[in-house]
Parts: sequence; C-alpha cells; structure tokens
Amino acid sequence: MSRLEAYREIAPQGSVEFLLRMAEKVQGKKIIHVNSTKLGGGVAEILRSLVPLLQSVGLDAQWEMITGNEEFFSTTKAFHNALQGQEQKIPPAMLQNYLEVNRENAKHLSLGADFVIIHDPQPAALIESRPPKGKWIWRCHIDVSQPQRKVWDFLRQFVVNYDATIFSLPRFAQRLPIPQFLIYPSIDPLSDKNRDLTPEEQQGILRRLKVSLDKPILLQVSRFDRFKDPLGVIQAYRLVKKHHDLQLVLAGGGATDDPEGEIVLEEVRQAAQDDPDIRVLLLPPDAHLEINALQRAAAIVLQKSLREGFGLTVAEAMWKGKPVIGGFTGGITVQLVYGVTGFTVNSVEGTAFRIHHLLDNPEVMTKMGQDAREFVRRNFLITRHLGDYLALMNYMGR
Amino acid sequence: MTTRRAANPFIFVGCWELREMLGRSARDERQLLEAIEEVPLDSLYYHTHSFLLRHKYIAGPYPNDFATWAAIQVRDRVLGEKLGILSPYDFGNLESMRAEIVTIIADHLSRLQIIPRVIYEEPFHFMQSRIISAPTGLQAHTLPEFREVLGTVDASVIYYHTFEAILRLGKPKGDFALWVEEQLGLPELGEKISKIDPYRISLESIRGRILNLCDQFLGEGGQQK
Repeated sequence: MSRLEAYREIAPQGSVEFLLRMAEKVQGKKIIHVNSTKLGGGVAEILRSLVPLLQSVGLDAQWEMITGNEEFFSTTKAFHNALQGQEQKIPPAMLQNYLEVNRENAKHLSLGADFVIIHDPQPAALIESRPPKGKWIWRCHIDVSQPQRKVWDFLRQFVVNYDATIFSLPRFAQRLPIPQFLIYPSIDPLSDKNRDLTPEEQQGILRRLKVSLDKPILLQVSRFDRFKDPLGVIQAYRLVKKHHDLQLVLAGGGATDDPEGEIVLEEVRQAAQDDPDIRVLLLPPDAHLEINALQRAAAIVLQKSLREGFGLTVAEAMWKGKPVIGGFTGGITVQLVYGVTGFTVNSVEGTAFRIHHLLDNPEVMTKMGQDAREFVRRNFLITRHLGDYLALMNYMGR
Repeated sequence: MTTRRAANPFIFVGCWELREMLGRSARDERQLLEAIEEVPLDSLYYHTHSFLLRHKYIAGPYPNDFATWAAIQVRDRVLGEKLGILSPYDFGNLESMRAEIVTIIADHLSRLQIIPRVIYEEPFHFMQSRIISAPTGLQAHTLPEFREVLGTVDASVIYYHTFEAILRLGKPKGDFALWVEEQLGLPELGEKISKIDPYRISLESIRGRILNLCDQFLGEGGQQK
C-alpha cells in the first residue's frame, strides 16, 4: 500500500484520488529539497512527511542537507534575525564564509533535478552553482517583509536568480521580479503530535504530567517568549476565573539557549505561584505525544501571540476539534475564521470575553470545534501541501 | 427514462488552485479601487470566484474577498454590504464585473469625507489563480451513475464544472446542467441545476443541491414532465 493510501480516510473526500491523478502528469520527475537540518524545527518536520509522500505518488523525491562550520551557522542565525527586522552586524568576512560554505556544499551535493526547492536563507546561495537544466524555487518560511535592508540586499542578489519563490503568507513577502507563490505550511495528521490517542494512552500521559481533568482546561502551547504573551494569558484566565472554575496549563519548550526565554519563564512562574490551578510545564523538544494529549484534554486552546510566524499549533488544536482563541497576528488570522473556526482577539480583555462566551455556550464550542477540524482537513493537512507541490510542478514544468 | 444512456459520458475533471502573489496591496479603499482597475483579470477571478475553492466547507461571511476585506479589515460594513450583494452570475465576463466593482467603490467614496483604511488589521493583498486541472478518471453515462459519482468526488470537481465552466470556459449554464440537458435529454432537470446560484453557497452545498435534484427526479420515476 502506498504511503498516501493511509490518508484516504482522513483527507477530504475524493482528494487522494485526485492527488494521484495530478501526480500522473509529473511521474518520474526528480525533485530535491535542500535545507540545513534534519532535526528540529518546522521545516524538517514538514519535509519528514512530505518527501516520502512525494515518493509514494511516483516522484523521485530526495532531501539533501547542507553542512557548515560554526561561523556559517552564526551568520545564518544573524541573517534569520536581521531578515525579521532585528538590527544585526554581519562583517564582510562572515558573508564571505557564507558564500564559501555554499560553494563547498554545491561541490558535494547532487543538484541535477527537474525541480530543486531550496528552503530558507542558509542554502540560498547554492543558486550560483545551478546546473543548466531544472527549475529552482526558493521556499522562504520566515517573514522577510521588514528586513534589515543590507542583509536583504545581500540575499536578494541570489533570490532573483531563482525561477520562483514560495512564501507562507502574502504579508511575509518582498517585491521581487520573479513569480511568487503562496503555500501554507501544514500538519501531518498521522504524526505523533496529531494522531488519534487511545484513552489509555492519553490518561497515562496526563498522569505523568500530573494534569487532572477535574476542571475544564485552558491550554496554551508555546515557547516562553514575550511574543507569545504568556503573562497576558494568565491575566485573561484570572478575569474568567472569577466566574468559572477552570485551570490553566501553559506548556512550552525549553529556553536554555535563549536568555530572555529564561527570564520570561521565571516571570510566568512568579505570576502563577499563588494559584494551584495554573500549571507551567516545561517540555522537551520531542514531547509530541505530550502536546497531543494536552491539546485533546483541553476545553479551549489559546494562542494569544502578539507576533507570530504561521502558528501551526493553532491548526494542531483545531484538528483535535478544539475551539481556539488566537492573537490577531501572522498565520493565526488565516486559520481562525472569526466566529466560525475560532476567534481572533487583540487584547487580554478580548481573550477573557471570548473564553467566557465559549464556556457559557457549550454548543458553540462543539460546533466551532467541528468546523475547525473540517477547515484544517481542507486547508492545513499535509495532503493539501502535497497537492500544492504537485500543482506547482505541473505549472512550472509546462 | 432513468436508464437513458448518454452517447458522450460526463467526464469528471478536478482542479487545484495554485496561488500566486502579485506583490501589490491596498491599505485604504482608494488604493483598493486603483488596484482593481489595473490588476489582471486572473486576479479579479481569484478574489471573486476561487474564494469558494479555498472555503469548500464554509461559505465566508461575504461572497468575495473585496467585500470581506472592506467589512472585516477596514470595518466599513456599508461597502462590505454593497460589494457582498454583487453576484458574478449577473455578468457575462470578468471585465464587465470589474467595471461594476469600480463603480460601486467610486460611488461609495464620493459620499465620504475620509477614505476608510485599515489601522490595526490586514492590508488587501492582490493574488491571482493558476488553476491546474486533471481528469479524475471517473465518468458517468446515466443519471444514476452521475448522481453516484458526484456524491463521492473531490469538491474541486464541483468548482471546475461550475465556476470554471461558467466564466473561463464560457458555458453560462455550467457543465452539469449542459450535460443533463444535451446528453440525457432532460431539459427540465438541467434547467433546475442551472438555476442554482453558486455564488451564495459553499461547494458542498452546491453538491448537496444537485444531488437532491437528481434524487427528486429519480424518486419521481425519472419522468420528464
């Protein structure tokens, strides 16, 4: 059985059949994805699911990874921050090292293919070594709408030599003289983070985390980062707590390499310490089943971000049939159709108001959760992502 | 009557929308107006039609992106309502629809002292559709076969044979009604299918209504009055 077959009962009706038909037009074509890590991060998570699916529909799909020295990754980390608007100083020697590492990788990687998809800035300069045949596409996962100008100018000289770019949201993009496509990221409904759990599995995980189900759970899963506004979440919870007996779970990844993250975590712990109904859970990066169990146990899921990338934790919760209240920012706004698949809010008070509204109207919660799940089924599952790539190859390969 | 076999089967074709960004946006209603006057027709198509392809399950609060943006992002519900009532069904082509949209917005702005704009919310980002079509490999020769297959196909099939057929392929009745009329010789059923206004409901609702019409017809013994 092909890997895609496993999605037949999950994906929208008839869509697996249609994906197979679209794939017929690009049978045997070679597609190479290139990024800089196979472990950790949203890009690797998506490619881990997407590449085997591309293979399962008859494409020669490969996933290559560039390697580099410490200086290279310091440079690309600085790129990452500068492209998202933070002031960074990148001396010419570091830029030179970036180019040399890309050239060195180009010598070792086999980049001859019908389609080469280069993910993010790290391998962007590989375009200098493109072979004469094949379409090259730069897939940018980050928001480059307000970059530090010098860094963008440096990167732009490579980007304009691609045949096309892909961004996750229109507002993340820059003006470029090449076609720019919009492809949303996606979640894999069969991964540990999203697959169905048996009641025993779920109970076992919650027991280990010491989370009880005796009161409705408000949940936010996110790094302890000011942009995720965990303190705002606690304030909203307190406004609701006067009228509803509920508990708040703030679950997030480690903050060991982020000094500010540690400060935020400490502030959150301080704010929560006098309330036994607030649980702060510091989870390791591979706690996929734990996040899955918490999302399934929650009554309402929050993603009260002040600034966000795409925010796929929203789609994860929606897929589990949960009503989500999210900050009006980034990709949250395209996932939450206001009042239908969730609520977007702009303040602590707005968050509290919508929590009240949902708890007071359980039928709204049920309906919103159902609509949210269907919305994700059609828009944010890996099968839709596969379709977008097949459509792109059909279009670019004409 | 129900077993009438068409000489030419109905070939079910699906489609996938690849979304291309034009790199142009509007932060106020004047900029929206100017851009609508200038963008390619494929962009107008994207914002007034393929909206449904993106919301196969849920019909949005307004039936096109311009109305939704005015009402929700700019918080100008008056313009949202004026654009929301617009039915692309009433226009023979996209160029005449563009003229009507421009007239509506220009008329609205002429009555205002201040141009409404987004403050905290999202600018309008102009996009265009690249529709990739592919046969599903499914076909029907009779009405019961047609009904059965239509009930199972991907929702993009409904989109392709309704919206793409009407506006891009120049078949005002849509493919379903045309085939039922011409190949099955059932003009009354074809007429009923062609009267479904697809712009006000979701693709799943269109599917449901066509299936109901087929069921009614088959339940009545498949007799053409």
